[in-house]
Amino acid sequence: MSAHHEQSFISKYVFSIDHKYIAKQYTVTGMIFAFIGGLFAVAFRTQLAWPGTNIPFIGVLDGMKYNMLVTNHAMIMFFWAGMPILLAGLGNFVIPLMLGADDMAFPKLNMLSYWIFFVSAVLLILSFMAPGGGAAGGWTMYPPLNAQQGVDPDANFLVNLWTGGSLLILAVAVEFASMLLGGINFLVTSLNMRAKGMKLMDVPAVVWMINLATVDFMFSVGPLISGAVMLLFDRIFNTGFYDPARGGDPILFQHLFWFFGHPEVYVVLLPAIGIVAEIVPTFSRKPLFASRWIIIMATASAFIAFIVWAHHQFVAGIDPRMAEFFSITTIIISVPFAFIFFAVIATMFKGQIEVKTPMLWALGFLVFFLVGGVTGIFNGSAGLDMYIHDTYFVIAHFHYTLIPAVFFAGLAALHFWFPKATGRMMNETLGKLHFWITSIGFNMFAFPLFFSGLYGEHRRIFNYSSYQPMMADWIINIRHVATIGAMILAAAQVLLFINIILSATSGEKAGKNPWKCNTLEWVADSPPPHGNFATPPSCYRGPYEYSNPKRSGSDFWPQNEQ
Amino acid sequence: MSDVTIERVPKGRLGVWLLIAGEIVIFGGFIASYILARLEYPEFGSKEAAGDLNIVVGTVNTLILLISNWTMVKAHEAALEKNVAKAKSFMIYTLVLGLLFLGIKLGYEWPTDFSHGHTISSSKAIADQAPGSEVMKVSLFWSYYFLMTGFHGLHIVVGSLVIFFVMLGISGGQNLHRVELAGAYWHLVELVWVILFPMLYLIQ
Ligand code: HEM
Ligand SMILES: [Cu+2]
Repeated sequence: MSAHHEQSFISKYVFSIDHKYIAKQYTVTGMIFAFIGGLFAVAFRTQLAWPGTNIPFIGVLDGMKYNMLVTNHAMIMFFWAGMPILLAGLGNFVIPLMLGADDMAFPKLNMLSYWIFFVSAVLLILSFMAPGGGAAGGWTMYPPLNAQQGVDPDANFLVNLWTGGSLLILAVAVEFASMLLGGINFLVTSLNMRAKGMKLMDVPAVVWMINLATVDFMFSVGPLISGAVMLLFDRIFNTGFYDPARGGDPILFQHLFWFFGHPEVYVVLLPAIGIVAEIVPTFSRKPLFASRWIIIMATASAFIAFIVWAHHQFVAGIDPRMAEFFSITTIIISVPFAFIFFAVIATMFKGQIEVKTPMLWALGFLVFFLVGGVTGIFNGSAGLDMYIHDTYFVIAHFHYTLIPAVFFAGLAALHFWFPKATGRMMNETLGKLHFWITSIGFNMFAFPLFFSGLYGEHRRIFNYSSYQPMMADWIINIRHVATIGAMILAAAQVLLFINIILSATSGEKAGKNPWKCNTLEWVADSPPPHGNFATPPSCYRGPYEYSNPKRSGSDFWPQNEQ
Repeated sequence: MSDVTIERVPKGRLGVWLLIAGEIVIFGGFIASYILARLEYPEFGSKEAAGDLNIVVGTVNTLILLISNWTMVKAHEAALEKNVAKAKSFMIYTLVLGLLFLGIKLGYEWPTDFSHGHTISSSKAIADQAPGSEVMKVSLFWSYYFLMTGFHGLHIVVGSLVIFFVMLGISGGQNLHRVELAGAYWHLVELVWVILFPMLYLIQ
């Protein structure tokens, strides 16, 4: 099927249609943005801990600059780091390989998706260059603020389009369109291009999870695309969709935003769970416990994800009966996740656990995400949330969900599939060092925030000096610790960078199947050539047949071996 | 052991269905927002709002779009019979009808609305003097109207381009399955209009 043996430079390295190369494009772009987003965070945390510090390249932060950094930190981390790495990058790499396919269903569409994503990144960068600087209205883009900030109602629409706020909305909408097209590719490939004999339940959990995440994304993003268009029109065409004085409704935007926003957190979480569900059995040499039920539970949660959104709006003046409903659904959705967690942990029971770096990151995910999941239930009870909403408690909560998902699970995946992608192993020592320093930095930064949040520290204030109760010694200390933690977290990533460069150039040769794994990607060469498999593999069994007594002489049983 | 084979539903069809599903949710966002506003404001049905739309012209346009869907079905049938010439001519009819729809919308309806003083924008000055007044609610109607018909018009343009390029691509008798895909997308454009038309024009 692969008619492209001789590829020109452009078609191989720029407009590549090879899913593995596109995966690398997404991942590298995502990692660059993650680094930028991280530096933003270090900058604004420095301001919080030591107000008025002169920060290199940025200067002293005033309220506007601070808001700009916070807003774009979140935007970048979700849409230009989390999604491109965990969904687009990982999905592009593993889906065709694990299904035994030669490429995605629509390789050209795949290339187009990446380049649309690239355009969105350019728009994002342009938004900083607009007069007045980047968007500064918070990552949730709530009107009326975001319908007005930087807008001159008397100017023509081009002037208002050329503002940080408008360009960011446009960038986000374009990014969504790109992920939507990418998602179509994922679903069609997974439904149609599985290896001969591969039933749906033989599909590895990570591919399932990526597809569920895609479904969550595709069916929740629509209203936000339309909501974003309306917000953009409020800015550039002077409409009043969200302006109460003109009959509009700002709460409408909150509904459109969170109808997407909550499923979006599962877009990041589900692939992370999938990654861990691949790695834990491999390094425990045991079948994934209750794997069928894990898939069923994840599917259920992917659907329930559509009916919990208003737990972000408990204090927005929604009807208390509605708050009750959303409290209950929020608690219900914790059940399938609790199940999945116990199943993954049960997998390790009596296994021969070998803690290589991918496993270490996976374990890190399990431990730290637990904190995020449990505190989510606090937020989900409407009564309690009235008190902790918009405090650092919420900040701590979602950093204990997102950092484990994007960083820990994402890095687990990187260490796990790096040998396949490059043909070389990553350095274990550097990897472990990187893990421990990252973990220390992360917990130092995020854990103390639960306490300052419970104490009432509000999340959207750039300088607490004028709030006496917020200037108690212990709370100032918390700010210092959190900021130093964030700096350690950011600095630790230098180790990752070194490890990637060193390993890619001079790492130990990996061979086809360094982890003795069952899934089909390990049948291909490392790195797989264009077209992936010399002969298309067939599939004879599920992906988790480790230590099966029927198999003599080896503790694993690849899916393609009879 | 198992006879699961690949490619049960042709991948092109599956892809277009998913695209359509994604688009429906996007329109769903607009439509749901409009319905919420409509339920709250009876003013949307008033003489200055929905009442100022020309139902006759709207109905004609709806019929045009319906016929264009029928011609597209015919083109698909011709493609199944591998009759390239017939498929092409029905696709040309579809394109002509699509452009006619767009011509009436942009060349007649919108200019008429403009001449009655309706635009997508609403006046901040009036809003400041009389927040939440009837004038403002009426102007919100027109914002929705131009937003949704404009977005739908954009889809007519995209759908027409798709049909046009598919038509060019089938000349040698190859790629005939694409006619079905272009047709499916065109049905989406039709479907959305069939929802928008009563919502904007008829409910007064
Ligand atoms: C058992 C699971 C979870 C529950 C019950 C839960 C519940 C909640 C609730 C109720 C809030 C709103 C708090 C407030 O604003 O007052 C919230 C905020 C948030 N959660 Fe979770 N959550 C859970 C898991 C997750 C996961 C897995 C992620 C991401 C991977 C996540 C990301 C976020 C984010 C980003 C916010 C803050 C949004 C903002 O206001 O800026 N949560 N969570
Ligand atoms: Cu949520």
